[in-house]
Amino acid sequence: MDDLLADFLTETNESLAELDVALVRLEQTPNDDATLAQIFRLVHTIKGTCGFLNLPRLEHVAHAAENVLGRVRDKVLPVTPEIISVVLAALDRIKLIISALAADGSEPAGDDVPLIASLNAASDGVAPPAAKPAAPPAAAIAPPVVEAAPRVAPPEPIPAAPEPVAEAAAEGPVGTQTIRVGVDVLEGLMTLVSELVLTRNQLMQLARGQENSAFTVPLQRLSHITSDLQEGVMKTRMQPIGNAWNKLPRLVRDLSRELGKKIDLQMHGAETELDRQVLELIKDPLTHMVRNSADHGLEAPQDRRAAGKAETGRISLNAFHEGGHIIIEIADDGAGLPVERIKAKALARGLATEAELAAMPDAQILRFIFRAGFSTAAAVTAVSGRGVGMDVVKTNIEKIGGTVDLKSTQGQGTTFIIKIPLTLAIVSALIVEAGGERFAIPQISVVELVRARALREEAVDAGEPTIERINNTKVLRLRDRLLPLVSLDALLQLREVVTDTAATDAAYIIVTQVGSLLLGIIVDRVFDTEEIVVKPVAPILRHVSMFSGNTILGDGSVIMILDPNGIARATGVASSGESRAMDAHAADRMAARAQADGRTAVLLFRSGEQMRAVPLSLVARLEDLPRDKIETSSGKPVTQYRGRLMPLVPMQGEIDRERAQQPVLVFADGDRCMGLVVDEIVDVVEEKLNIELSGGRPGLLGTAVVAGKATDVVDIGHYLTLAFADWFHGRTSERSHSGRARILVVDDNDFFRQMLVSTLSAAGYEVSAVQGAEQALRLRDNHILFDAIVSDIEMPQIDGIAFVQELRAQGAWSHLPVIALTGHTDPDRVARGREAGFTDYVAKFEREAVLTSLKQCLTQRQKTQLGMAA
Amino acid sequence: MSTATLERPAEAATVEDERVFVTLSVAEQLCGVPVTAVRDVLGEQPITRSPLAPPEIAGSLNLRGRIVTAIDLRRRLSLPPAPAGMPRMSVVAEQGGELYALLVDQVSEVMTLPASSFERNPPTLAPVWAAHSTGIYRLQGRLMVVLDVSRILALSSGS
Repeated sequence: MDDLLADFLTETNESLAELDVALVRLEQTPNDDATLAQIFRLVHTIKGTCGFLNLPRLEHVAHAAENVLGRVRDKVLPVTPEIISVVLAALDRIKLIISALAADGSEPAGDDVPLIASLNAASDGVAPPAAKPAAPPAAAIAPPVVEAAPRVAPPEPIPAAPEPVAEAAAEGPVGTQTIRVGVDVLEGLMTLVSELVLTRNQLMQLARGQENSAFTVPLQRLSHITSDLQEGVMKTRMQPIGNAWNKLPRLVRDLSRELGKKIDLQMHGAETELDRQVLELIKDPLTHMVRNSADHGLEAPQDRRAAGKAETGRISLNAFHEGGHIIIEIADDGAGLPVERIKAKALARGLATEAELAAMPDAQILRFIFRAGFSTAAAVTAVSGRGVGMDVVKTNIEKIGGTVDLKSTQGQGTTFIIKIPLTLAIVSALIVEAGGERFAIPQISVVELVRARALREEAVDAGEPTIERINNTKVLRLRDRLLPLVSLDALLQLREVVTDTAATDAAYIIVTQVGSLLLGIIVDRVFDTEEIVVKPVAPILRHVSMFSGNTILGDGSVIMILDPNGIARATGVASSGESRAMDAHAADRMAARAQADGRTAVLLFRSGEQMRAVPLSLVARLEDLPRDKIETSSGKPVTQYRGRLMPLVPMQGEIDRERAQQPVLVFADGDRCMGLVVDEIVDVVEEKLNIELSGGRPGLLGTAVVAGKATDVVDIGHYLTLAFADWFHGRTSERSHSGRARILVVDDNDFFRQMLVSTLSAAGYEVSAVQGAEQALRLRDNHILFDAIVSDIEMPQIDGIAFVQELRAQGAWSHLPVIALTGHTDPDRVARGREAGFTDYVAKFEREAVLTSLKQCLTQRQKTQLGMAA
Repeated sequence: MSTATLERPAEAATVEDERVFVTLSVAEQLCGVPVTAVRDVLGEQPITRSPLAPPEIAGSLNLRGRIVTAIDLRRRLSLPPAPAGMPRMSVVAEQGGELYALLVDQVSEVMTLPASSFERNPPTLAPVWAAHSTGIYRLQGRLMVVLDVSRILALSSGS
């Protein structure tokens, strides 16, 4: 095969993949001229080149297709599914010819006359002849089985194509920008580099013991080159996952016609890169799962209507990195898996007894679908339901060391979660010791290292992070956060062997990030960081989810690699945090869920006889002050706290000076702190804070049901003003009830955001809050509606000014009242803010002013709307 | 390793009536493993414990850059644990592309044994032994249990 032809084949294969996607896009958005132009250009190029290379069959088919497209482009023909089908059929034919061409270098014999006739008919605006079932355009009308044949056939010869192409291209003309290399070559390189890295590490370890060795300098060089080489080789293997998704829009489009369902395929994170080999291996399972979602998952349009859902079903693919893994979610909003049917099937196949099934949680029952020969589709369709399916998918994914899990809610849909670990990657890891054993933690999930001690009296004023307990749960007070802790030796059941770990009063805490959740892991010692090659653990250990692999260290010893995700799951932290972890990847979903759910962590404490609550995120620290630390300054109780005087405000009455220890909630803002003295810190619970009775008592926002009991929710603002008269100017006494207007709060400062949310909620608004302008804009683009926006000015990335300008420029929120909050109220800035589009300008700390301004803006808006209506 | 490799041709030549075994002892019992199943014989090795693993898994060890899962044969066969501090050897076998090291008390010689002295397990053999062996060889004055490596390595992955 000559070079020219090889180049043509490579190029055409790429164009064809692009065309599939573009055509489906065109069908969905018929007026997209850019897409149409792109399609036309691609087909035109194919036609032009094959004329040049003397490939008459290809040329004729491409020419006829180009004619149709030309007329569509000239708006003579509308974009209809029939037209798209005809063009797709032509593309299939081109693929068929191309693959034969790749195999033996010449065009195969074949009859394209009916196809060209139907293309010409389409181009003349005539409906394709329905009587010819062999001609692909008739497929739209022909029974699905017939249609399936030409559609399904082409993908098979295609994979055969790249190999000869690769050979030809490798010896191609000098000056080509890319060359194609067999994956096995890259694979071999990778293995060699991995070994090189390990050897380098061993050498470095040896050299460390010998100072002034002649080897030091060359070894340094070797080390650098090895690192560069490693990075380079890794790069050659990475490909965006979108490459595996290319075929899916076409697949879904064909399926939706075949099955008579309306399907919207959404793909997120297509740019997520993963190892090329892994990519190849998950392609088929992914395709299969999407096909399953379309066939079994989504209901027929009439059923969806009956169930009160939109007629168009949604299948969404979402890929992202999490820790050292790649997570791929395949979700549909269909009927969910039929638990009862799976039960019956499991029983019928003797996989479990009735008693066993009765005792099984639903999640376990659902997992039966991963068993061989287990299909619940009532009817065997051409698409799926033949009982070869999920078990193959599971086996294939497990072969590359991955896992697959599913979640299903009856009537709401099914989500499959594929987790693929980085098996071949070299990662940097922190080596730690717990219970006498060493472990590696991937550096990527380590946020920071903290040395902390167990709670001792002398630690309180030292400002040192301390480990303490809330209701038997270990937490770490770290700056302005409370961090859940797990002890590694206890978790891995290493403690029985060691004697002194439990007693040590100092410990190292590895703060790790699991999704959006922070978790502290207590270890005994911390060593160095080291580059490690992640090797999968032996199959018999794979069920221990706390390890993501194992490796060999520079000193030749084997070490287990910890998986922070697994640890979080094992400790149950993730069960509450999992949803939050996912939210980090989709702010839009977060908002939707926050609206629907709205749970917050709440700190419960007792003051007098009364149970009180405050949102945990407002609390900076919890302290137990010993009696002698409480002093008096100008008649008010204070304590020395981190080198400053911190005012103490008793929740009720006077501070009981007789108590040996006094529990204190510390609230901080900037460098100001205030201590609220309470009687007892009780618990932390997750609760939907629904403040109901606002009795107008000073210091209380109202009453909410927390942990099943009516609990007073404390208005921290009241106590802040007691501590510092100027913390806020003025106090809220009046609460406006302007109906349930929806307010969006945009502020990057956690403290003020929370503050505003509680203030505004208490004033009767429905409040949503985001941390920055970007998230807010995402909400806008998701068509979430609000009545007004309260935004900070000084924010990282997009500031308030730019944010409001963007709002005013376009979109659904362009007429919303936007109130600016700022620390600076000089006239100049106010003028600039108004110019940018802010409705009003309020000093940050004046809550009453915020409420008044909101009220005004909303009244004004109502009037304008009424005026516009009239 | 070297002994094992050298013996292999001999085994191939006499495949009809003779078989070659690596003999080893575990809790005083003489056992044999077909030499074809043995990849390596190792002396005392540092072993990294695998937390939360099934009890018969002693841990992992490094065999020339490959990670090998070590299985304590005494525990696997429900025998009393080895006395503390006793140096132990291992026999490395492969299963499904993975390497496993069977920790034994002692690895002794490689023996070529005639098929005629092989017998099926007597029915009275303790079930745990019967489940992990294919049969027994009568040697002079001793009996050698032929271990079935694949069944020993068929640990439930405890899902």
